[in-house]
Amino acid sequence: MSENDKQTLLKIRGLRIEGRSDETWSEIVRGVDIDLRRGEVLGLIGESGAGKSTIGLAAMGFTRDGCRISGGEIEFDGIDLRATSEAQRRSLRGNRIAYVAQSAAASFNPAHRLIEQYAEGPVLHGVMSREQAHSDAIDLYRRMQLPNPDEIGFRYPHQVSGGQLQRAMTAMSMACRPDLIIFDEPTTALDVTTQIEVLAAIRNIVEQFDTAAIYITHDLAVVAQMADRIKVLLKGDEVEENDTRNMLARPVQEYTKSLWAVRSYQRQEQPLAGPGEVPVVSVANVTAAYGATPVLHDVSFAIHKRRTVAVVGESGSGKSTAARVITGLLPPQSGRVLFNGAPLPPGYRQRSKDQLRQAQMIYQMADTALNPRQRLRELIGRPAQFYLGLNGRALEERIRNLLDLIELEPDQYIDRLPSELSGGQKQRIGIARALAAEPQFIICDEVTSALDQLVAEGILKLLDRLQSEFDLAYMFITHDLATVKSIADEVVVMKEGRVVEAGSKSEMFTPPHDPYTELLLSSVPEMDPDWLDQLLDERARGGAGAAAASNS
Amino acid sequence: MNQFRKTLRSAPPSAWFGMLVIAIYVLASIFAPWIAPFGEREVVGAEYLPWDDTYLLGTDNLGRDMLTRLIYGARNTVGIAFLTTALAFLLGSVTGLLAATVGGWLDQLLSRTVDVLMAIPALIFALLLLTIVGTSITNMILVIAVIDSTRVFRLARAVAMNIVVMDYIEAAKLRGEGLWRLITREILPNAMAPLVAEFGLRFCFVFLMISALSFLGLGIQPPTADWGSMVRDNATLITFGDITPLLPAGAIALLTVAVNFVVDWMLHRASGLKE
Amino acid sequence: MNSIWTMIAQRLGFGLVTLFVISLLIFGALELLPGDLAEEILGQSATPETVAAFRRELGLDQPGYLRYLDWLGGVLQGDFGNSLANQRPISELIAGRLGNTLFLALYAAAIAVPLALTLGILAALFRNSLYDRAVNVFTLSSISFPEFFVAYILIFFLAQSGAFPSISNISPEMSLGDKIYRTFLPALTLTLVVTAHMMRMTRAAIINLLASPYIEMARLKGVPPRQIILHHALPNALAPIINVIALNLAYLITGVVVVEVVFVYPGLGQLMVDSVAKRDITVVQAASLIFAAAYVLLNLTADVLSTLSNPRLIHRN
Repeated sequence: MSENDKQTLLKIRGLRIEGRSDETWSEIVRGVDIDLRRGEVLGLIGESGAGKSTIGLAAMGFTRDGCRISGGEIEFDGIDLRATSEAQRRSLRGNRIAYVAQSAAASFNPAHRLIEQYAEGPVLHGVMSREQAHSDAIDLYRRMQLPNPDEIGFRYPHQVSGGQLQRAMTAMSMACRPDLIIFDEPTTALDVTTQIEVLAAIRNIVEQFDTAAIYITHDLAVVAQMADRIKVLLKGDEVEENDTRNMLARPVQEYTKSLWAVRSYQRQEQPLAGPGEVPVVSVANVTAAYGATPVLHDVSFAIHKRRTVAVVGESGSGKSTAARVITGLLPPQSGRVLFNGAPLPPGYRQRSKDQLRQAQMIYQMADTALNPRQRLRELIGRPAQFYLGLNGRALEERIRNLLDLIELEPDQYIDRLPSELSGGQKQRIGIARALAAEPQFIICDEVTSALDQLVAEGILKLLDRLQSEFDLAYMFITHDLATVKSIADEVVVMKEGRVVEAGSKSEMFTPPHDPYTELLLSSVPEMDPDWLDQLLDERARGGAGAAAASNS
Repeated sequence: MNQFRKTLRSAPPSAWFGMLVIAIYVLASIFAPWIAPFGEREVVGAEYLPWDDTYLLGTDNLGRDMLTRLIYGARNTVGIAFLTTALAFLLGSVTGLLAATVGGWLDQLLSRTVDVLMAIPALIFALLLLTIVGTSITNMILVIAVIDSTRVFRLARAVAMNIVVMDYIEAAKLRGEGLWRLITREILPNAMAPLVAEFGLRFCFVFLMISALSFLGLGIQPPTADWGSMVRDNATLITFGDITPLLPAGAIALLTVAVNFVVDWMLHRASGLKE
Repeated sequence: MNSIWTMIAQRLGFGLVTLFVISLLIFGALELLPGDLAEEILGQSATPETVAAFRRELGLDQPGYLRYLDWLGGVLQGDFGNSLANQRPISELIAGRLGNTLFLALYAAAIAVPLALTLGILAALFRNSLYDRAVNVFTLSSISFPEFFVAYILIFFLAQSGAFPSISNISPEMSLGDKIYRTFLPALTLTLVVTAHMMRMTRAAIINLLASPYIEMARLKGVPPRQIILHHALPNALAPIINVIALNLAYLITGVVVVEVVFVYPGLGQLMVDSVAKRDITVVQAASLIFAAAYVLLNLTADVLSTLSNPRLIHRN
């Protein structure tokens, strides 16, 4: 909280926004109130479809194509944004209210240098001259801890990495020293280790310049670090609002409680396999490459019956590639994959039908994983028919059986198309399709990463239940350590195509660690508002993955 | 069926107009012998008679009834154009889908061949080939079909490439599904919408090209009734201020406009739905 | 900047290869296709002796690759052989006509390109307005009209009154102004057809551009509309627009053929059509080669220019 006067900066009452699909308008924001004081950070949290972005843009008096403000008042520093002229609103945007978008790479104009795009705002709004803006830019880049702050501004957007671009965009939003910045999911697309730096930079700058901010995200732990107050949204309605610490400790509404509770689901950890137990799948010293680019170096791990091995790493770590080697899509250059002790032919085309049947895969994006033109009956039934030769009545029964297993009412769903299902339901169909083959081994490739937290929890519970019922072995690929904590028995940490560390879950989450693992573990935001500060302190003192952090 | 009816109802007036015109042309083509007042090649009077009650649109340069010729022209020109498009489409889409699905050397081979064939402008290439093989109707159909199939190949391949990278295709491949099933059950149903729209566009292109060739005297030969050559034969009338030669030309234009309107609406819907 | 010059050199090299392959195709089409040309051209006078003499005349008794190399060598020096129909050197026939066709094409392009770009950009900026919808219907109809339809309509309305000549037989001695007057109708015909295509494509390209996130970002920074168009959109619009122009200019090449016939214009297109009718294969081959080369060159120029104007490609480390 700032020491300046606590006048209201932004006052929104009864905001209603409609969105158009085809020819009809429907309400997407239903009467939301916001009070924001100078220097205060408000976290807007909610699942996708809650209307957070739309509200954030509306605070600037802006609506996207296909949206319109149908009711309510929006008052910024005494100015009625709905009544005033567009020219007046334009003079506020970028000047007194700034916006930081989700994807920096797409939001920078590829034809102009970063520093020119920084200077555009201040020069346009008459806040600074071009030369002043240039030196100010360098100053901000330095505060954002960007490498080479003197020259990075003279690059073009495609010459700069994602995390750096995000920080450059945050710097740019500060150019005119706005009173309010709207951060729209700024770290969602970033790796967890890069995210830390951006979060720290944002927090830093907001404090330094005493800027008010609206921080939009769906990540609870992140919002806990950044916001003074949190407002929870659900499908365009307000659910609850409170100070951060109070909200975290004592949520009132059921929905809020359920959001908070998600990360508490824990599967019972299975003991490590005995020495005599043959692993269902084992990867032995696999080295693989895409053409001339090496992607895996001497990777080995094993997965046993009834166990879940979580393979964790950031983008480019090779975890998905390992899956492709196991399924035979990418034959390795050296090393082999063994199934129940016997080596598998390296390419899938050389494998027998039964070998293919035994290892199934569930994909991350249900939209691309299910053929949109096939009904559920065929999606689930085809593997059963193809592998097990089921037909007619036996096939029909099996399909219904599977639908029951994934908790979807057969009569209702059997003839539907994927487009008629929600994200979570589609993922369940993906599971059913894998089960239909009666495999021993399933690869779950980031299966919950694209889902909202509540829905994701449902999927994880389902997978757990099925594992016990059918003695399945799971390889669970993920970048989210919270998920790992929930469901893994063993953990394999990968970085740049190598296995950095492997062991049981309990081992992995207790120190000492490999420095990279340390970095990874410590970068996962916790639901404690002081977490970020503590982490930054620790890193400054040389602990908590600091060594690895400075290397990346 | 309900979805279809709902879709029809949301069509803009231009699409309705297009569909109506297409329907009329199709009916004229099919029922030509029953609707036309005279025979296709029948000489009924003197040359270039003006419009009157017997010969509603007058007579042409050989004394045949203009209206009859126009109606039969529908059957011939449209029919031949449709056949050619269907052939081009079949050839192009099968090879395009195969190239995208199988990939590797087959894709390279087909793509390079198509690149070379497309490096020569279509009309020029058609003229060249027709000089060599002679201008009969069969030759014209084959030449245009082969040339046009290259464009269809490009589109079919592009559409299929977008589909082939989807996870559900990978899932089907990993299952061990054969090539035939992969193409027909997994890829094709998702490629239908853009392919159908492209069929309409190709038809227009082929139709205009056949008319142009006939107009140049190199396509459908007399005495077969054909709109392109009808324009050519009666062109002198223009200089006398008679618009009769514009009628077959207008007939060509009208059908093409109609198909374009309908295809435009289909493309608009397809891209809108994606957003 | 090195990588971009390498890219361009690669494109040029590829263009040359394409030209070479096209020449092979044009020459080889004769070999590969059925139909004994000799017999068909001689028709009734096709006795074994005349056929043999004809073949010897054309050098058809020599092996294919030798003939091809001969032909290619000649072409590169400007010698296209002789016309079958009247034995005159083809280069004589072509010389003046090529110039005329280029004149017509440039005339049409000079009007069409600025017109289409302006109208297309305006349509994109005022999207879904009455103007835009009218433009959409109008251009959609326009691209559906065969060139001869447009030509005859123009003749009907403009030549009847004697305002413009319906036959454009220009000759080298005429003054430029005279040529421009006589060639007005064919140029106008071409313009009308090409403008419609270009307008639609420009509109689509600009609309696509305006939907980019960085345009939205500029709006959120409070940049006024005019500056957004000029400063943010335009630099990124160059590449797609150049592509559109080149594609349509390439289309002009084929449009020219029909228009020349309607207006009896002494250009390469008319020569080609006449030769096809007479099955004068050597002339057709020569004309095809020239048209195809122009087409390839245009596409190549478009490729190179759009690479040079793509910001992401120019500024590389």
